[in-house]
Amino acid sequence: MQPHDRDAAIPRPMYRLTARRALCPLLALAAIAAAVLLLAACGGASPSKGTLILYNGQHEQTTDALVAGFEKTTGINVEVRNDDEDTLADEIVTEGSNSPADVIYTENSPALEYLQSKGLLAPVAASTLARTPSRWNSPQGDWVGVSARVSVLIYNPSLISAGQLPTKVSELADPKYNGKLAFAAGETDFQPIVTSYARTYGQAAALKWLEGIKADAGSHVYPDNETIADEVNRGAVAFGVVNQYYWYRMRAELGASGVHSKIAYFAPHDPGYVLDISGAGILESSTHKTAAQRFLAFLLSKQGQEIIAHSISFEYPIDDGVNTVAPETPFDQLQPNPITIPQLGDGSTAIALLREAGLL
Amino acid sequence: MRRPHEPAPLALATPAPPGAEVRPAIAHVGVVPARRPARPWGLLALSAGVAVVLVAPLVFLLIEAHGAGTSTILHLVFRSLTASLLWNTVRLTLVVTVLCAVIGTAAAWFVERTDLPGRPVWAVLVVVPLAIPDFVVSFGWASLSTWVQGFRGAVLVMTLAVYPLVYLPVAASLRNADPGQEEVARSLGAGRLATFWRITIGQARTAILGGCLLVALVLLAEYGAFEILSYQTFTTEIFTEFNVSFNIPTAAALSLVLVLLSFVVLAGEGLARGRGRVSRSGPLAQRVAPRRRLGRWTPAVLIGFTVLVGLALGVPVGASIYWILESGHGYLTGVSLLDSAWHTALYSATAAALATMMALPVALLAVRHRGRAYQLLERSTYLVLAIPGLVIAFALAYFSERYANGFLYQSAPLLVLAYAILFFPLALVGVRASLAQAPPGLEEIARSLGRRRLAVLWRVTLPLVAPGLAAAFSLVFLSAVTELTATLILIPTGVQTLATQFWAYQQNLAYGQAAPFALAIIAIAALPSFLLGRFFDRLPARTAAAT
Repeated sequence: MQPHDRDAAIPRPMYRLTARRALCPLLALAAIAAAVLLLAACGGASPSKGTLILYNGQHEQTTDALVAGFEKTTGINVEVRNDDEDTLADEIVTEGSNSPADVIYTENSPALEYLQSKGLLAPVAASTLARTPSRWNSPQGDWVGVSARVSVLIYNPSLISAGQLPTKVSELADPKYNGKLAFAAGETDFQPIVTSYARTYGQAAALKWLEGIKADAGSHVYPDNETIADEVNRGAVAFGVVNQYYWYRMRAELGASGVHSKIAYFAPHDPGYVLDISGAGILESSTHKTAAQRFLAFLLSKQGQEIIAHSISFEYPIDDGVNTVAPETPFDQLQPNPITIPQLGDGSTAIALLREAGLL
Repeated sequence: MRRPHEPAPLALATPAPPGAEVRPAIAHVGVVPARRPARPWGLLALSAGVAVVLVAPLVFLLIEAHGAGTSTILHLVFRSLTASLLWNTVRLTLVVTVLCAVIGTAAAWFVERTDLPGRPVWAVLVVVPLAIPDFVVSFGWASLSTWVQGFRGAVLVMTLAVYPLVYLPVAASLRNADPGQEEVARSLGAGRLATFWRITIGQARTAILGGCLLVALVLLAEYGAFEILSYQTFTTEIFTEFNVSFNIPTAAALSLVLVLLSFVVLAGEGLARGRGRVSRSGPLAQRVAPRRRLGRWTPAVLIGFTVLVGLALGVPVGASIYWILESGHGYLTGVSLLDSAWHTALYSATAAALATMMALPVALLAVRHRGRAYQLLERSTYLVLAIPGLVIAFALAYFSERYANGFLYQSAPLLVLAYAILFFPLALVGVRASLAQAPPGLEEIARSLGRRRLAVLWRVTLPLVAPGLAAAFSLVFLSAVTELTATLILIPTGVQTLATQFWAYQQNLAYGQAAPFALAIIAIAALPSFLLGRFFDRLPARTAAAT
């Protein structure tokens, strides 16, 4: 063996390290760990006492604008935690009486109805409830309706003409739409349509319908409405079922030149033409109930409703005295299916059906 | 993987024929004494503590699944959707693992064993894709083309995102493999191809399998990428259960199926590893393998590397830059890049330090002491890698709420602990590799000179394994930087990391606003992956294979 081979073979750097030199990074590591943990513990401690914690399942931009308005008006600080509304509801159930949340604000009623059924919501002040037509509030008065939107079809005119689109939700299962249809089975916005369908035609028919649309959609069963809007707009699929404001939001994001899709409404009172209520409730476990009541009151105030009307969320403010610019059809001219909040429930019927159809 | 109780084959010897066990020829510093050492109580206690923390998510799953009731679980597990999820998960895992094995091994061979021009540059460039979160890779592809979707999209994206996990150990293994064995095979009349297949690949087999194991486990737990690509696996379904149906028990039941799958993967890797072992004649006999001349194949191989790096690195980075330039207006408000980068670095660095410290006793126990139980303890920690982050987050939330009155919930320390649990196996890989390489004789000499155990650990062992600690730190750090799902649950309210802010924008189709966060993640994670490349670059084959 040649000498230089021997040299090369000994992992020299390791043997050469004196203990002191090698310990430097180690000590540094330990020091960093200790310091950072301490820092993290301080920095991550619960926010100051007067702060309201909002679990937000609504779209961030709407909520951010509302929170900014509320903080400016009342001087009460609000910390927002964003996630899917159902994940937030799961978190609240897991957290139980220790939940840090004071207010939950969701896109749809089922998550609120679910928390209500678990006894986790506190009653909303009567004056706030009174600002919303009672059919769009919690029947028990435990949450209040804030804004609304309707389910529509989004389509790409280069792939399908308006005349070829279905006008009834039942037609979505027609084999002629095979490979053309997209929907988001796991999206909370889709469950009310399933519930509504089952209420009108019965559970067995609803299951058959789900199997039909599953076959039609094939690989176009997407995780959420944003993806549907995006894919239809790009021409990956001809049309899909979404809530109306997704299209407007996409238009705002991409600019008019980037929009290659349109929206179409279902026939009046069709089971697919569902009005979804976005609402807010106060946690029973909240230690800031007074401030929380003020926040809900603010959402329903003229100022709050104007913010919703003029933000780029493109939902309908629940107060019909406030007009929107973007959804062209005025709120009072919508002709949705007459399904009620209790009938929409916590969505468990829809989930059972979706699961049975192999979509969940 | 070298069995921990085997003596480190450190000896002066001539190159061995293939497959032959080489026994140390001289008395040496590196051999564990034959007598059974006293039971390492201190280490055992520490390791048991670590194991308890790691097992907590499994306990949570069992409690929750139990709450669902047997009939519900059976109904959930034995239905047609499970079959299709299983099919989706298994075929993706198989195809991607095989592709990663081929690409990782081929890239490693070209870099280590041929005269490929620009080798040092390629050696870094092929590792950096590890620093790009899978959901950023998917985002890059999905935002450019509608073709990248479903199964083919998932295969493409995941292969490009995780092949470095095979490349790293294989490159280290090839670099240090005994060239003599190939020469002997050739001289005995074996053809080039046969020699390559039986000797070269044979020598790298444990490294390839080790890399494949990591790839398969990571694939089982992947969520973000598949969500963007609309590909359903067990993990995406578990997320749906959490996100849609307020149903933690059923999510727990499905997670248990995932744990079973990872058992299968672990067992499969164990079987494939087999009983055969690869030896070399020891570091003192090391020669550098002669590099094969590529000759007229050089341009083709160069094109291959360019395509690989272009796809794995160029597309996500390019797409991010494209989206920044393309969309001018942003409607969403969010935290600043600097603020979220600070929190990302803070949490990830702390978690990396914690996981490294947790890995040390377990690695010491597994490498320095005999016993099937110790090995079992060490290998069982790999299971954590296949449990989705969301599930671990809910487990911690559950225990914090149930037994600690919500103590630390949604605070930084609990998030850091979640990261440390999630990425513990990666830390173990790094620490273990270094420890296996450090000769225990030095520790024994120190002991015989009258030093106490702790002093020996501090003055001898730790300095010896310092590079491994750095590697473990880097590996956990870059994984934590890209973590998303556990972060969403456990992050302090009002704080955003780069990953959560990226996700918030991406979910709202605000690609232009999401893109800078993607670039920042890549930038923060690129440095540790560069360091990792350097670490594995110096690691001898024997220990790299042990990873």
